[in-house]
Amino acid sequence: MRKNESSDKKSRRIDFRLLGRIIKLLFKYYPGLSTLTTIFIIFSAIVSSIPPLFLQRVIETIGKYYETRDWAAARSVIIPQVTLLIVLYTVSVICILVYRQLSAYITQGILYRLRRRMFDNMQYLPIRYFDRNSYGDIMSYYTNDIDAIRQVVAETLPIVLQSSVIVLTVLFIMAYYSVWLMLLVLLGVAVMLWVSRTVGGNSSKYFVRQQKSMGKTEGYIQEIMNGQKVVKVFNHEDQSIRDFDAVNQALYEDSYRAHTFANMLGPIILNLGNILYVLVAIVGGILMINKVPNLSISGLALGISIIIPFLNMTKQFTGNLNQVSQQINFVAMAAAGAQRVFALTDEQPEADNGYVTLVNAVIDAEGNVTESDAKTGQWAWKHPHGDGTLTYTPLRGDVRMFNVDFGYDEDKPVLHDITLYAEPGQKVAFVGATGAGKTTITNLLNRFYDIADGKIRYDGININKIKKSDLRRSLGLVLQETCLFTGTVMDNIRYGRLDATDEECIAAAKLSGADSFITRLPDGYQTQLSGSGSNLSQGQRQLLAIARAAVADPPVMILDEATSSIDTRTESIVQRGMDKLMEGRTVFVIAHRLSTVMNSDVIMVLDHGRIIERGSHDQLIAQHGTYYQLYTGAFELE
Amino acid sequence: MIQMLKRLGKSVREYKKPSILTMLFMVGEVVIECLIPFIVAQLTNDIKNGCGLDVIGKNGLILVVLAVLSLSCGGLAGFTAAKASAGFAKNLRGDLFRRVQTYSFTNIDRFSSSSLVTRLTTDVANVQMAYMMLIRIAIRSPLMFVFAIAMAYTMAGALAMMFVVVVPVLVFGLIMVSRKAMPAFRSVFRKYDRLNESVEENVMAMRVVKGFAREKYEQEKFDKASDDIRIDFTKAERIVALLGPLMQMCLYFNMVFVLTFGSKLVITTHYIDVGQLSAMLTYGFQILISLMMISMIYVTLTISAESARRIDEVLREDSALTNPAEPVNTIPDGSIRFENVRFKYSEKAVNDTLSDIDLDIPSGSTVGILGVTGAGKTSLVQLIPRLYDVTEGSVKVGGIDVRDYDLAVLRDGVAMVLQKNLLFSGTIKENLRWGDPDATDEELAEACRLAQAEDFILSFPDGYDTQIDQGGTNVSGGQRQRLCIARALLKKPKILILDDSTSAVDTRTDALIRAGFRRYIPSTTKLIIAQRVASVMDADQILILDHGRIIAAGTHAELMASSPAYRETYEQQTRNSDAADNAAGEEVTDNA
Repeated sequence: MRKNESSDKKSRRIDFRLLGRIIKLLFKYYPGLSTLTTIFIIFSAIVSSIPPLFLQRVIETIGKYYETRDWAAARSVIIPQVTLLIVLYTVSVICILVYRQLSAYITQGILYRLRRRMFDNMQYLPIRYFDRNSYGDIMSYYTNDIDAIRQVVAETLPIVLQSSVIVLTVLFIMAYYSVWLMLLVLLGVAVMLWVSRTVGGNSSKYFVRQQKSMGKTEGYIQEIMNGQKVVKVFNHEDQSIRDFDAVNQALYEDSYRAHTFANMLGPIILNLGNILYVLVAIVGGILMINKVPNLSISGLALGISIIIPFLNMTKQFTGNLNQVSQQINFVAMAAAGAQRVFALTDEQPEADNGYVTLVNAVIDAEGNVTESDAKTGQWAWKHPHGDGTLTYTPLRGDVRMFNVDFGYDEDKPVLHDITLYAEPGQKVAFVGATGAGKTTITNLLNRFYDIADGKIRYDGININKIKKSDLRRSLGLVLQETCLFTGTVMDNIRYGRLDATDEECIAAAKLSGADSFITRLPDGYQTQLSGSGSNLSQGQRQLLAIARAAVADPPVMILDEATSSIDTRTESIVQRGMDKLMEGRTVFVIAHRLSTVMNSDVIMVLDHGRIIERGSHDQLIAQHGTYYQLYTGAFELE
Repeated sequence: MIQMLKRLGKSVREYKKPSILTMLFMVGEVVIECLIPFIVAQLTNDIKNGCGLDVIGKNGLILVVLAVLSLSCGGLAGFTAAKASAGFAKNLRGDLFRRVQTYSFTNIDRFSSSSLVTRLTTDVANVQMAYMMLIRIAIRSPLMFVFAIAMAYTMAGALAMMFVVVVPVLVFGLIMVSRKAMPAFRSVFRKYDRLNESVEENVMAMRVVKGFAREKYEQEKFDKASDDIRIDFTKAERIVALLGPLMQMCLYFNMVFVLTFGSKLVITTHYIDVGQLSAMLTYGFQILISLMMISMIYVTLTISAESARRIDEVLREDSALTNPAEPVNTIPDGSIRFENVRFKYSEKAVNDTLSDIDLDIPSGSTVGILGVTGAGKTSLVQLIPRLYDVTEGSVKVGGIDVRDYDLAVLRDGVAMVLQKNLLFSGTIKENLRWGDPDATDEELAEACRLAQAEDFILSFPDGYDTQIDQGGTNVSGGQRQRLCIARALLKKPKILILDDSTSAVDTRTDALIRAGFRRYIPSTTKLIIAQRVASVMDADQILILDHGRIIAAGTHAELMASSPAYRETYEQQTRNSDAADNAAGEEVTDNA
């Protein structure tokens, strides 16, 4: 909540430096093309500002030959002028054609790179990041924010550059013809700017409010739509309609105010432009008729041949201001989007200072370990030491924790003084209430979080020294919530070990008991899973997750047993799969099932982050302590 | 299509007036905007011919008045258009929401809740924008096009012929580009959806990704999908990017044409003067811009047509259940009879979900229902409060067919705690009052005591005023289930149905709840669906369902003797003594 407020505040104050950063990226990734695009935009903008020069010459010529009606004489002046203009126009149209194509290419390229940078960095962010940021928030980086940046790179930047060049060129041409009239136009522009700032400011204020109301309405709709069946069962329809009408009305108020100001900005600028246009005509007329001395770079006297192009320039000037003003909201949105996108790409990835790696090894009869390039089926930790020597330790699956303290927030400790040993092949079960710290312990083993104090050793090596990816490779994982990926069943099993052959995947499926349902699927192992496997039942998803862990074949497994109520029959199949998977491995299991708990070598009873009892099932029952009470149902675990 | 627009159009209602006003203002604005260049041409000629200040002043004044009028029209139209479109959106959202409230479970199953949310938010917002565009720009641009051409022709006659060349070229270009760009964009949007899905999948499965150290693999997958979009999107944008230079070319052609043939016309015929020459440039600009806008409207409308279609789907969906013409308004007692009931969720389904169900449940008795997932337990009980209608046969409550009751009366009399039970954001008290809006605090406490919820509620610092987060995520699964039971009890129902509603509650509390039911609400008929045999062992009647049929029925003792399936389940669950079963049950805590 606190985080949201502060980011809200930040996004309201537009940080234009972030737009600068986007421009820098453009030139970094596409130095040649971006420069070319810029040059072409500037050139075509200048070309589109110069017609008044030609118009002036043509009208001057018309004035000269108006009475004599001598077209032949006029043509000799006009045709060369127009020919020059046609040449410029042709080049300019080609420039526009080219830069638009380039711009489309660059825009998409930049978006692609931004998306990639976000995603690449996201893969290495600590789990903590995903705890703090809602999934909806993260998604909107890839959708809304990227869209906002697209708008700015593809449209706003070229328009603003082009309009600025036009405005400057036109201003220069104005000064070339008449400083007085130029000053008049500038005065008008000042008024326009003031008006659009007032109106535009109101507009963005209401847009922010509309966004908020929208969020509120969306939240209400979501809640009710989700609970629609409860609404029906309780005859609560009328009440929910009444509540909805209230939020809906509030949204309407903010929405129409926001749009009113946005809608009015265009006509206001346009018509102020019209008034300015008339004023230029009148003032120009007065100056001309009264023969007021003209002040200009060209030194030309004020005449109709100047006033007419001036009128066109006034139109062009205000038209371009209007263009820029239409971009104000986009700029604000893009700056906010860029801020969020860069926040993600700049987010610190999880630190990994590990230097101990997992390598294929050959272990001879005496226990000597030699590293091997080929796949040997045996693994060892390669441990380089400070003095340049290397030692190899066979991978066995011996895990020890010494006096571990940990808290997700520094000031709120979750685990206190956890000490435990798991020898290779042992099964350790964690039992305790929700929030007692069972999952937290396993999160520390694979370093989803780093411990505050104490030590964890894997095969005698401090896990902080082990490269994270290698550490995690040596720890199998079956989570309570099984997450599958879009792709075939085979792909999903192979996720455990990417170089596994089809045969190995099928063997893993057989081991875990998944084979029988997979072969009954329409396309067997090639059945396409979509929407994270929503076309499978929960039990089937769990079996696949077990097969996935089985194919990885790690010496240590972390199992978080599913709590959801699957029926007894499926449950026993899943249970058998789990049992198979546990054979011959060191296993940490967050236990929800009796059989798991009972068969464990050690049961750890956790309460508020402390191990309060430990021992085998029989020992703990004999103790008549908390475990016994849990067992007999005297406590509710919540 | 027309039908759809008619249905959507019904939501305009009180905003018809601002809508029409908007169009009128737009007409006014266009007329004035087209008059302005005409008069400016006059003014320019006046200045050129060196006429007096009075003439200039007069035309100038007319122009200022026109500009002010145009500003008023434009500004007012901005206001009315915003009001009309925001109001239309409000009504549309309201109508959608009301429509959904009339839905039966069958209808609700058809739409996922997230798709309904999108329809009520994003889709309505798209339609709102399209509507605003329609009443403003769709009036303005074609009018502008026609008026500007008419004015140009009136003013400069032959010179206006150039539009015969330029307009078809631009129109042809616009049509070609739209035609080519639309499918390209559609494919981009599809790919975008898929990309978003894969990001969603990745974020959801982050622990798996990290646990298997698959970061690189995921990056490669994403890179491919993202590059795919880049290629397609570039293609689509490059097509649209052709419009800019085309438009510019037309404007330039206009300029060159006016400068050469226009000046020839002025010099040789004096039919027009330099003022008209300059005005022709303005008209040309107006005509080409309005063509451009028309093509933009076309694109926007095509995009929002999809949204409109999705909204219409919701509006068109009729509730599968209707109230009878002369409904029965009282339920005599809590007895339930199923007579020859057959049921399937959809006409098209091949297999029946329930078949051959004949049941007689006396008022005030307790019935336990067991069976594996998919056996039809939930389907069976959902027929009682008429959440679905039977396909064949009949369900009677208090001796009267459920289809003859007033729906609200029936559902008030039959309280059901759904398997997927939910609390809503608000205090505990507010949530409980869903059961009975007028319940006194004492009645609330009574229901909570019965549901074994009072102790933990009072252990919260704010007690009954504790704020519940959306979905009830800040209480544990077992607590949420007990609050839901209390909420249902407050209806003081004749029939109470618990659909696996104590799965997260420990066996001891579960037993206490059932004991409370026996003691305090003996006359209420109780139906309990459970996974644990222990939860239903003491029922008057236990039903075992399999593949939509009742395969065994009787008391615990009878079933132990007669049903091998029941005995097997019972033994499996109690294989390690009753105490052992407790431990397994209790650990089953919050999973939602």
